[in-house]
Amino acid sequence: MHFRHILSALARHRMAVCLLVLEIAFSCAVICNALFLISARLERMRRPTGVDEAHLVQVRVRSIAPGSAGSIMAQTHTDLAALRAVPDVTHVSIVNQTLFGHSFSASGVSLSDAPKAPSITVTQYYGNAQLPGTLGLKLVDGRWFKPDEFVSDEQMEGAGGTVPVIITRALARHFFPSQQAVGKVIYAFGTNRIVGVVDRLVQPRDSGSAEAYEYAMLFPVNLSYAQGTYLLRVRDASQRAAVIHAALHALKTDGPLRLVSPKDATTLEAARAKYYRNDRAMAWLLVGVCVSLLAVTAVGIVGLTSFWVAQRRRQIGIRRAIGATRGDILRYFQVENFLIATFGIALGMVLAYGINLLLMRHYELGRLPGYYLPIGALALWLLGQLAVLGPALRAAAVPPVVATRSV
Amino acid sequence: MFGYYLDLALRSLKRNKALTALMVLTIALGIGTSMTTLTVMHVLSGDPIPGKSAQLFRVRMAVFPDAHYQAGDKAPDNLSRRDAEALLRDARGDRQAAMSGGSMVVVPTQGDPLNVEARYTGADFFPMFDVPLRYGHAWSRSDDAERAHVAVISGELNKQLFGGKDSVGRTLQVGKQSLRIVGVLGDWDMNPRFYDLSNGQFGDSEDVFVPLSTAVDMKLSTSGSMWCWGNASDPLAADAPCIWLQYWVELGTPAKAAYRQYLGNYIALQQQAGRFTHPGQVELQDVMQWLDFKGVVPSDVRLQMWLALGFLGICLLNTVGLLLAKFLRRSSELGVRRALGASRRAIFLQCLVEAGVVGLAGGVLGLALAGLGLLLVRHQPTDYAAFIHMDLRMLLATFALALASSLLAGLLPAWRAMNVAPAAAIKSN
Repeated sequence: MHFRHILSALARHRMAVCLLVLEIAFSCAVICNALFLISARLERMRRPTGVDEAHLVQVRVRSIAPGSAGSIMAQTHTDLAALRAVPDVTHVSIVNQTLFGHSFSASGVSLSDAPKAPSITVTQYYGNAQLPGTLGLKLVDGRWFKPDEFVSDEQMEGAGGTVPVIITRALARHFFPSQQAVGKVIYAFGTNRIVGVVDRLVQPRDSGSAEAYEYAMLFPVNLSYAQGTYLLRVRDASQRAAVIHAALHALKTDGPLRLVSPKDATTLEAARAKYYRNDRAMAWLLVGVCVSLLAVTAVGIVGLTSFWVAQRRRQIGIRRAIGATRGDILRYFQVENFLIATFGIALGMVLAYGINLLLMRHYELGRLPGYYLPIGALALWLLGQLAVLGPALRAAAVPPVVATRSV
Repeated sequence: MFGYYLDLALRSLKRNKALTALMVLTIALGIGTSMTTLTVMHVLSGDPIPGKSAQLFRVRMAVFPDAHYQAGDKAPDNLSRRDAEALLRDARGDRQAAMSGGSMVVVPTQGDPLNVEARYTGADFFPMFDVPLRYGHAWSRSDDAERAHVAVISGELNKQLFGGKDSVGRTLQVGKQSLRIVGVLGDWDMNPRFYDLSNGQFGDSEDVFVPLSTAVDMKLSTSGSMWCWGNASDPLAADAPCIWLQYWVELGTPAKAAYRQYLGNYIALQQQAGRFTHPGQVELQDVMQWLDFKGVVPSDVRLQMWLALGFLGICLLNTVGLLLAKFLRRSSELGVRRALGASRRAIFLQCLVEAGVVGLAGGVLGLALAGLGLLLVRHQPTDYAAFIHMDLRMLLATFALALASSLLAGLLPAWRAMNVAPAAAIKSN
């Protein structure tokens, strides 16, 4: 096949070729970036929380007429015992904020108690002795809290406390890059000695920088039901709905007038799905954009190639009459399309890079990894060949006798 | 002449139905997606309180201790109770209100207790934000001062609790405490909920409104951002080192500079009182500046709009190609018309009319697709989904965009068609 002949033939349709090249280039550029955006969303949605998500359910109780602190705490102990008695429940705890929930509690934390010491904002989980077991946290260094270390919420918020703290591995690495964190002191609520490091626990919701998502602190605090949410770990994931039902029933039948509603009870998996629903919708939308783009580009290729085939019917007939096979004609149009697609893809790579620069400036997005370019290129080459097949077959079917006919 | 061109265009379009359909479909797809996203942008970036948005100002100040001040930081969104109350006492604006979001559990006389969203604010809130009342009236400034146990409830809650009847004078049971209902709101939704963006930017208005002083007195629970420094055993206390109150002031146009001056003086006074030594900071933003500052239009929506416009661009490129093929295929016909005396201009216009017809058809189909797209948007799980709709302006804009883009797409092919050399075109066949 002689590229030169094809090129000189294309040169006679400069404008149409340019349009096709531009269309393929823009499609290629947008598709590369859209794929990158989709993968960024998927990566975000796949981030693990570090807790045993498949087996957790949560129930929040809202107090209506809060009595004395003592009576609320007594009721909380009754509730905890009642929830522990629910079949299939292995752990019960109470926590100040839930993963993917609306409430977010955080403090400035620094490595010195000097007033101007640089600090970062870190989220804090308060919970009783069962919290690590309920969440299914993994300790990688140090120890869990001792029974005598647990304090009340009032003691925690009070001045100059010395409550110990357990932090996440990511936070330990941030503060003590090359040292052991256990035994060191951080300043969050007074002076807090690190007694343990857990493998992973994340913020309830995204806040601050991407690294900060994995920064969290755990404090030994016994909360009342008015201050937190009940967390239940279920032995068998298929029993979660039944456990929620039984837990609501147990809480409703016992205790003072308070709001126990199915609206305030959910599995952690459902909470996760709800939290990421915008990301999921956006990812599907981007998939839709890619498909529509490919379809529109295919329409353009089919339209213009059909026009060329119709225009060159006589020339095709002449070529067939002087010995070209059907295969030759077919291949001619396929190679022609391949050349146009290649020009388009080359231009598309440059455009893809440009669009990526724009996205990087206006959205939190990294640099487009190189491997998206060959993916986009391959997609458009394939699309071109598929789109050209119909018109090219029609061209190959032109009988040689056309050459001898006039008009 | 136009009628003749139209007739020619329709004949030509009918001759090759498949190609025509492809062109119409391509334009419709581009228009449909663009108008869907442009409508979402249009609704989300609209003025929530037209006519008043230039007179309502959000007040922000940096008045916290030196240890928490960093030069270059933006002033926080909220004020402490101490500062908010000082500004309220001075009352230098035409109207002013400090406020916070909250929630409470209401116990109806029959049925299950229900959790409702609340707003704790001052008497000025209602006239300031043009809040309509169906029954009764808002509470008075003296109710604020006396911490009266009064409440204004939403029409929705009134329907739920009292069957929609006039409930003024009735009691709202909140735990063991009670509030006397003095007013019931008419239909009122602020989208975006600009006065406090920290409890969801879009959605229904709150169900219960209570004087701020009363809410603090009753220890009702607050929601929204609460930022404390130092020890705060009771963050709602009058002198607690916590910022949690949104502050809005209504000013006539000429009063803005004077008010800014007043805030500057306030900061200076606080400095002299020894609260801090840093220079402090004052921000006074009207509604639209405030919404812009908070970036209320989600970045996803912006991205979707650019994607859709890019898609429209590619669809147009496609249409240019198809129109070019269509016109040049008719070279011989155009050559005959030229030979019979049609001017280049006439050929050009004829081709443009054909492009325009394709554009209008694409616009009609695009409108249907946009309707479908908006239906999809309304079923998305976003908090703004419920109130996305197309208005007359966007409807007209759809046709304008369709026509303009198809004419733009037709320019180049029409120009090529007009330059067909008649003799060569007739001979070539």
